[in-house]
Amino acid sequence: MNKIRPKADAVIVGLGWCGSLMAEELSRAGLNVVAIERGAWREAATDFPPSVDTDELRWDTRRSMLMPPAVEALTFRNTSSERALPIRDWSCFEFGYNVGGAGTHWAGMAWRFTPFDFQPATMTKARYGQQQLVDGLIVQDWGVTYADLEPYYDRFEKIAGISGIAGNLDGKLVEGGNPYEGPRKNDYPLPPLKTTRLTDIFEKGAKSLGLKPFMVPAAQTSGAYTNPLGVKMGPCTYCGYCLYYGCGNWSKGSPNACVIPALMTRDNFSVITNATVIKANLADDGKTATGVTYVDKDGQQWEQPAGIVVFSAFQAQNVRLLLLSKIGQPYDHAKKEGVVGRAYCFQTVSGASIFFEDEQLNQYMGAGALSQQVDDYNGDNFDHKGLGFIGGAGILVVSRGSRPIGNTDFLPPGTPRWGSDWKKAYTHAFQNGTVVFGQGTSYAHQDAYLDLDPTYKDQYGLPLMRMTFDFNENDRRSANFIEQRSVEIAKAMGAKTVVPTNSARGKFTPYDFASDHTIGGAVMGEDPKTSVLNRYQQSWDVHNVFVSGASSFPNNAGYNPTATIGALTLWTARAIIEQYLKQPGPLVKS
Amino acid sequence: MVALAAATVSTSAVTQAEVISKELPWEPGAANAPQPARKSGLLYLTPAEALVLGAIADRLIPADELSIGGKDAGCVEFIDRQLDGSYGKAISLYRLGPFYQGTDAQGPQLQHTPAERYRLGLAALAGYTHKQHGKPFDALDAATQDKILVAMETNTLALGPVDGKALFELVLQNVREGFLSDPLYGGNKGMASWKMLGFPGARYDFRDHMDKKGQKLVFMPTSMVDNSL
Repeated sequence: MNKIRPKADAVIVGLGWCGSLMAEELSRAGLNVVAIERGAWREAATDFPPSVDTDELRWDTRRSMLMPPAVEALTFRNTSSERALPIRDWSCFEFGYNVGGAGTHWAGMAWRFTPFDFQPATMTKARYGQQQLVDGLIVQDWGVTYADLEPYYDRFEKIAGISGIAGNLDGKLVEGGNPYEGPRKNDYPLPPLKTTRLTDIFEKGAKSLGLKPFMVPAAQTSGAYTNPLGVKMGPCTYCGYCLYYGCGNWSKGSPNACVIPALMTRDNFSVITNATVIKANLADDGKTATGVTYVDKDGQQWEQPAGIVVFSAFQAQNVRLLLLSKIGQPYDHAKKEGVVGRAYCFQTVSGASIFFEDEQLNQYMGAGALSQQVDDYNGDNFDHKGLGFIGGAGILVVSRGSRPIGNTDFLPPGTPRWGSDWKKAYTHAFQNGTVVFGQGTSYAHQDAYLDLDPTYKDQYGLPLMRMTFDFNENDRRSANFIEQRSVEIAKAMGAKTVVPTNSARGKFTPYDFASDHTIGGAVMGEDPKTSVLNRYQQSWDVHNVFVSGASSFPNNAGYNPTATIGALTLWTARAIIEQYLKQPGPLVKS
Repeated sequence: MVALAAATVSTSAVTQAEVISKELPWEPGAANAPQPARKSGLLYLTPAEALVLGAIADRLIPADELSIGGKDAGCVEFIDRQLDGSYGKAISLYRLGPFYQGTDAQGPQLQHTPAERYRLGLAALAGYTHKQHGKPFDALDAATQDKILVAMETNTLALGPVDGKALFELVLQNVREGFLSDPLYGGNKGMASWKMLGFPGARYDFRDHMDKKGQKLVFMPTSMVDNSL
């Protein structure tokens, strides 16, 4: 028998960036909001002081802040003809598992996607024609444009305290910024982070090739800052403990630092921690949700009734929750019909490992998003005629803090992996080795999808999410192109040894940690036949269910997803407050 | 069933529903400080296993002009404590069946925990050295030890049911962890590896050094807890 909690106006499943931003908007609008988070309470200053945070073995090697596969794994196979098996060990799918979600341990690269990334179907057709698309590729517009999202990107940047330099202010190009970005109304709230020896070498090398390098927008504060919610942030100290770590300095933009302190002052917000939502409950007619069911520490099931249900868990978890709740038609790969689990994609990463002769890069100093990048080969910023693919990558170097255990195999080819020769080579490489890499676009394909696994279960006996994925021909062609461009930059940087790398050269494996940006499966769009959500991330089928996260993206851009996730959440929250609350129902006619 | 029980225990330990509202749920002094590895004798390894691991650690990370060797750096104590703890018990990993051999892309489908793999693997290695040389690994000369390690690394050593390459990779990873992690965990004695690399350790503020680009910086490294066992 389920226990039943008092009804909330809105229940939020997963308190990461999406959940906390949604809760902030809805509770400020007066709604009674209950968030349910699977992990524990985490708070910036208490849980991540320097005496706890600076621990590579705990946070990076042992992944102590991520959701353990024991709690919920995915199963994986490259093609539908294989038997999917559980991803038993830590993999590149890095689910958050605490209040703050993946936003607590992220690196902090805070990108806006380009206008092209939101309208790849329309823009590709107009510029190149349909023949530019390889067989089976799924390319569709999002239903929301860059111009729609611009004010919400701006809001996210101000909440998270982003450091950067505008490249395009209202159509006017600004020296030092990214000339390819969509037009912005405002500059970043903080100037860029300090540069490093590595970013200087990259900048010089890239410029010698006629490219246009710029500092990556970073969720590390280049100075003291107070965000619009009144939360004070301290200047980043460049300790380099960002990716996989918390930040006890109040210097990394995270839900814990930037949003939750404000939320906790409000009477109409509460969070239930260490509780796992297993489904949304539907009304008898299946047209609305009545709330969610969750399980507490003792295995006791509870119902949290609510007028609005927001799924804001990690990408694959959002898709799984929809399937477990029977919301939307599941994708049938054989028939190529259905939408939930369809349009899944990932990210290509290719470039080069490079080793200098005698540098002092001092890469232990840095910040998660302290980087220089060129966007000359990203999105549709260059002419793809005759190239046989769409998309590309941002090509960058990162000064995010080298750590001793994680770097051990980062060595020039032919170096022994142990013994005195390894010690000597590793000591040299620790100062002289680094990477130039392209973080690429990825487009979905009809043969890549998510569904419920027929064999493997979680602790509650519910089926795990099954992933069927390999890189498609468009991915491979763009990754090859980017690999070549990265090698050119690496050589222009004066590296002694340049070793090309390409995650899309062979079969995809979840144990390649080049990227963790897993995308799609419950995508937004213009047509209910090819999307799960309308342009407001509202379920086409159950109108009081909204889904927020990278699961909504029909394609991946050559960037990190977080700022776009944040902007989309704020866009959706505005639609709920300004439209849905006044007239509950579908916000777009299907 | 064993695997199911393990998974259930592991998750219930981190599942405690709490309702938090209107206040920050912390008290002064309640920060989650790390627990240094216990100072004591071996907690998991047998004395014979510890001797073999010490010998392996000294071949993987030999004493030379750059640092002390892996054994003196505490790699055996480090591994012992790790195997006795949540890592050795594979608390975090998905361990429910059925188990099938997968493709390379699907990754390891191991039924055994790291602690069990060490026990089985070191027993197989002991069987091999006794049969071939009449001695345990730690009693062999360095050249013979290296030959065996190379054979394991290149997957050419027959260790019966034990995958010699996988065992080598496990031990190499853990020895490196012991050498390179914070001394808090029982290894990296005197921060030997950090001094070798020029890694400043648990330092948290480089604002004064960011502008010294391309310069050789000499930091006395800092550890979270000085815990040489």
